[in-house]
Amino acid sequence: MTASAVARAAPHRRFGLSRLAWREARWAYVFLAPWIIGFLAFTLIPMIATFIFTLTNINLNQAEPLRFVGLDNYARLLGDQQTWESFTVTLKFAAVALPVAVILPFMVALLLSSRYLRFAGAFRVLFFLPYVVPFVAGVLIWLSMLNGDSGWLNLFLQAIGVSNPPNWLQDPNFVYAGLVLVGIWGIGGGVIVYLAGLKGVPTELYDAARIDGAGWWASLRHVTIPMISPVIFYTLILGIVDLLQYFLVPLVLYQGTGEPGGTTNFLNLYIYKSFFNYQDMSYGATLAWFLFGVTLAITLVLFGTARRWVYYAGER
Amino acid sequence: MATTEAARPIALAAPSGRRWRRVVTRSVLPRVVLILGCLVFLAPFYWMVISALKTNAELTQFPPSLIPGAWAWQNFVDAVNYIPFGLYTLNSLTITVGATIGAVLSNTLVAYGFSRIQWPGRNVLFYICVATIFLPYPVILVALFDIFGKLPSFGVQGAQHWVNTFLPLIVPAFFGNPFYIFLMRQFMLGIPRELSDAARVDGASEIRTFWNVILPLTKPAVVVVAILAAVAAWNEFLLPLLYLQENDKYPLAVGLVFFTSEHDVSYNLLMAASTLIVLPVVILFIFAQRFFIEGITVGGVKG
Repeated sequence: MTASAVARAAPHRRFGLSRLAWREARWAYVFLAPWIIGFLAFTLIPMIATFIFTLTNINLNQAEPLRFVGLDNYARLLGDQQTWESFTVTLKFAAVALPVAVILPFMVALLLSSRYLRFAGAFRVLFFLPYVVPFVAGVLIWLSMLNGDSGWLNLFLQAIGVSNPPNWLQDPNFVYAGLVLVGIWGIGGGVIVYLAGLKGVPTELYDAARIDGAGWWASLRHVTIPMISPVIFYTLILGIVDLLQYFLVPLVLYQGTGEPGGTTNFLNLYIYKSFFNYQDMSYGATLAWFLFGVTLAITLVLFGTARRWVYYAGER
Repeated sequence: MATTEAARPIALAAPSGRRWRRVVTRSVLPRVVLILGCLVFLAPFYWMVISALKTNAELTQFPPSLIPGAWAWQNFVDAVNYIPFGLYTLNSLTITVGATIGAVLSNTLVAYGFSRIQWPGRNVLFYICVATIFLPYPVILVALFDIFGKLPSFGVQGAQHWVNTFLPLIVPAFFGNPFYIFLMRQFMLGIPRELSDAARVDGASEIRTFWNVILPLTKPAVVVVAILAAVAAWNEFLLPLLYLQENDKYPLAVGLVFFTSEHDVSYNLLMAASTLIVLPVVILFIFAQRFFIEGITVGGVKG
C-alpha cells in the first residue's frame, strides 16, 4: 500500500515535492505574492538599476551623451576628498552615538524592570511618548532646549555652578554631544525592547545566582547580560544601520550646510545632495552603493562575532 | 498573609544600617534617577506647550519665563492661518489612512505565508525579506524615482505619473514592510500548529484557515501593526519631501518646515501647530499604549 502510494505520487512530483506539499507551497506563494511583487518592483529592480547607473555617466541634464564608463565613478569616489571627509564625519558621530544608543536604553530598562518600582507602566509610557512627536517639531524643540544662552539645559547647568556651558549645537567641539542629546528622545523604542528581553530571563537563574553568593553586579554580569545578549545584538545592529544613514536631524537643523564648521557633512547628506542639488545621478548612486557596501561589511563582521558572545537559550 | 504580618514587626524592629542601605539602593536611588529621567523627557513637552502660548516679546525675554505671562491663545489661530493647516491635515489623513489599510492587509497575508505554511525555501526568502531592513534608501532611490516618474497614475491628483502624487507614499504599503512582517510572523508562530492541522483535516481551504482560524487569534498583532503604521505615516518626513513637489500637497509633518526660514523660526507659531498635531496622537497613544509597547517588543526577543 505504501509502495503503491509512493509509486502513484511519484509522477506528480515537481521540484522534488510531493503533491500535497506542492499544493501547500503554491498557497504559500499566493500569500506571499504582495511582498514578492513589492520586493521585485520597489526594491530589487531599483537596486539593480541603481547599480547599473553607477557604471554610466547618467545625470539629470545629460550634457554628454549617455554611455557606460566602467568603474570611472568608483575611481572618482576613491579620489574624492569630500567622500572621505563625510565618511569620517559619519564614523566619528557613530562612535559617539552608538554606545549611548546601546547602553542608555539598557540602563533605563534595568531601572524600570525593578521589582520594587511602582507605576512602571506610567514610566514606560513616558519614555516612549516622544516617538509620537512629529520629527521637525521634535528637532526644533531640542534646538531651543540646547540654545547656548536661553536653553533650559544651560540655564540648569549655570544654576548648579557650571560657569561657561557650551553652545551645544553651534560649537564644533560639542555638536556631536548636542546631537546625541537630541537623539535621547528616541531611546524609548530601545527601552521597550530591552524590557521585553529582561522579562524573558527566568527568575530561577537569579535565585540560583543569589544562592551562589552573587551580588547585584555579579548577577548582572553573569546572568542578565548573557541572557539578553540577543537583544543587545539586535539593538547594536539596528543602531549601526541607523547611524550610518544619519543625516535628517542635521538637515533640519542646518539646512544641509554642514554647520558648524563642516562637522555635520554626513555621508548620507552628501548622497542626497549629489542627487538633488548636483543632480549627478550616477555619482550619487555610486556613493549610495558605497554606503550599502560599508553597512553590509560591518553587519557581516558583527554577525561573524555573534557566535562568540550572543547566547540563544534555544540552541545548544 | 499570616507570615507576612508576622515577619513585618521583626523587620521593623531591626532597622540596621545594612537594611537602610538596601532600601536606598533598591527603591530610593532608582526612583530618583527615573524621576530625573522623566523630567528630561517631559521638559521639552512642557516647553512646547508654554512656547505655544507666549507672545513674540515674551519668547525672546531673558531669562525665559516658566509660565507664560499673558496667554496668547491667538497663536493657535495664527498658526492655523500661517500654513494651510486644514489642507495639510487632510493630506496627512489621506496618506495615513491609505498606508494603514495597506499595511494591515499586506502584512497579515505575507506573515501568514511566512509562518503558517510549510514550504521549502521559506527561511531563505524570509532572510531576504529581513535583510532589506539593512538597505540604505539611497540605494534604491534614484531608480525608484525614475520608476514612479513613469508609472501611469491615471489622473490621480491631476498628475500623469506617480511623482507629485500620494501614490508613492501609499501604494508601497500594500506590498508589505519587513518590520511589520517580522513582527506579525513572530506572533503567528506562537499560535499552535495543531489549530491549522485540525482545520485542514476538516477540509478547510488555506484561505478559510487564514480567515476563520488564524486571523481572529492575530487581532492583537493586527492592532499593533495598524497603530505603528499609522503613527509612522502621520509623522513621515523624508518621503513626502522627496516625492511631492507642490507645497499644497504636503502633509502636516512636512508643512511644519514652513514655520522656519533660513535665519528665523517663528517658535510660538511652530509650537502651537506642533501642539495641535501632537495632541491627538498623544491621546491615541495613552489609550493604546499597551499595543504600542507590544509592537516594539515582539521584534527584540528573538533577535
